[in-house]
Amino acid sequence: MLQDKPAETAQGQGEGASPLLVLRDVGKSFSNGVAALRAVNLTIREGDFLSLLGPSGCGKSTALRLIAGLSTPTTGVIDWRGTGLKGSADIGFVFQEPTLLPWASVFDNIWLPLRLRGVSRAKASPVIREMIERVRLTGFEEAMPRELSGGMKMRVSIARGLVTKPRLLLMDEPFAALDEITRFRLNNDLLELWQDERFTVVFVTHSVFESVFLSNRIVVMAARPGRVFREIAVDAPYPRDEVFRTSSAYAALCREASGVLGEAITLGGSVHGDH
Amino acid sequence: MAITEPKAVPLDPEEARRLRAIRAERVGRWILPVAIMLLAVWFWDRICVWNEIPRYILPRPGEVLETLYTDAGLLFGSLLTTLRITFLGLLLAVLGGVGLAVLFAQSKWVEMSFFPFAVILQVTPIVAVFPLINIYVDNQTAKLLLCAWIVAFFPILSNTTLGLNSVDRNLVDLFRLNGATRWQELWHLRLPAAMPYFLGGLKIAGGLSLIGAVVAEFVAGSSGQSSGLASRIIEAGYRLNAPRLFAALILISFTGIVIFLMMTLISHLVLRRWHESALKQDR
Ligand SMILES: Nc1ncnc2c1ncn2[C@@H]1O[C@H](COP(=O)(O)OP(=O)(O)O)[C@@H](O)[C@H]1O
Ligand SMILES: [Mg+2]
Repeated sequence: MLQDKPAETAQGQGEGASPLLVLRDVGKSFSNGVAALRAVNLTIREGDFLSLLGPSGCGKSTALRLIAGLSTPTTGVIDWRGTGLKGSADIGFVFQEPTLLPWASVFDNIWLPLRLRGVSRAKASPVIREMIERVRLTGFEEAMPRELSGGMKMRVSIARGLVTKPRLLLMDEPFAALDEITRFRLNNDLLELWQDERFTVVFVTHSVFESVFLSNRIVVMAARPGRVFREIAVDAPYPRDEVFRTSSAYAALCREASGVLGEAITLGGSVHGDH
Repeated sequence: MAITEPKAVPLDPEEARRLRAIRAERVGRWILPVAIMLLAVWFWDRICVWNEIPRYILPRPGEVLETLYTDAGLLFGSLLTTLRITFLGLLLAVLGGVGLAVLFAQSKWVEMSFFPFAVILQVTPIVAVFPLINIYVDNQTAKLLLCAWIVAFFPILSNTTLGLNSVDRNLVDLFRLNGATRWQELWHLRLPAAMPYFLGGLKIAGGLSLIGAVVAEFVAGSSGQSSGLASRIIEAGYRLNAPRLFAALILISFTGIVIFLMMTLISHLVLRRWHESALKQDR
């Protein structure tokens, strides 16, 4: 599963990295007449931590589902550059809710993606234990989801998303329902995982602060119809930690992103009339 | 982890009152019904004595108990017959109900086509259908089983169908994303998700199956050769043997209670590790 990961990927420095996935003129309209996305052009590069930032209803979830292959675009194409790998096999998905199997232990929940691929419990065990350690849940292998806090459940969900060693991790507002302290901690741990494992992330959020802290690219989206409004490059170097979170550079970037998001929202609102 | 035992800390008056109320309620839950029951039995006995009611109209509780003992061979033999029909009927109801529900879950079209038939079968009173069964089925046991099955399978079918369909959409997506086959989705996702619903249906079906078995025997009773508790009741009724009639009745309702408790226990054992309905203390 690990074999063909290009080791030379310059993480967090988009310019030199090779494209993993290209969305070309992608649009999605639903049968109820809602144009969730229109003419989205976006190149996701190997090693990116890309945030989709936008008001609710601007098609962020729709975009993720299209990328995951859970839904097909009405117009345009999603072009997979990565070694002919088609969609889902190489994708991890983390939802806004932890969506764990309530009848299965932490261990078995993380096993699920491998189990569905026919990997036995014993064979999967080393990888699962490693993932449990990586998300700092050692000792909770046999705990049931209902015994865990919200943050811990989300850790299980992340471990489950990463247990197949996917090249692309899609996350749909994964921390939106958590309290701030838990969210900060999970942000730090997620970044650490990302730097160690070198997967690509597309991270949906409506939090400016979160997107600036985590990503090297922020794609701001506007609503009605959902579209890419502007892209912001976040040049701050990794690793990012609490020092970065309190730095003036971070504050400046947040201000910039907030401004762009504000513009995107007013723009979305002004089109509201002809909806 | 999340579940912690209450610690022995000094309590303020309000908390102490709350704790006392909880304890009192816990004891009262058992003591009260038992006390009322005993009182009612005592009152029943007194009514017989005060009004000098003859035993073939209303026997005294003691006489009923005595009959339960003296006629034990006959009554418990009949109970066994009734139990056999009840549990076989329930087993068939589980197999049929779950089997059909799984079939329905394979396609909306199958469900739309066949569910109405299940409803028709359910809403038609079994007593009215029985004469037909009597004509078409020869074997006595098969007749009774069929009745018990018809009465008991519907709650299992409808509950399990509901359960199989009420799966978290995101989980379905996750399974699809990981290339799960239909079979894997059924086995690893839909069936476990349907478990609480199925067990709820089972709880109802257990009681219904007993009702089905007894009712069927009642209706079939006139045609002869059955030997379950229902025919004991009919027989005792003809002979004005009220003590035996009461004894048989008590056995039936006692059986119903035991079946209900059994199903509740099964449900608790299966769900206790994960399902909210099995959570009592915490929260
Ligand atoms: N399956 C669907 N059918 C119809 N409309 C949908 C569907 N999914 C999403 N939409 C609509 O598409 C728009 C974008 O939705 P979504 O992608 O969920 O936005 P976001 O995740 O940014 O909040 C919304 O107006 C939503 O109501
Ligand atoms: Mg969304």
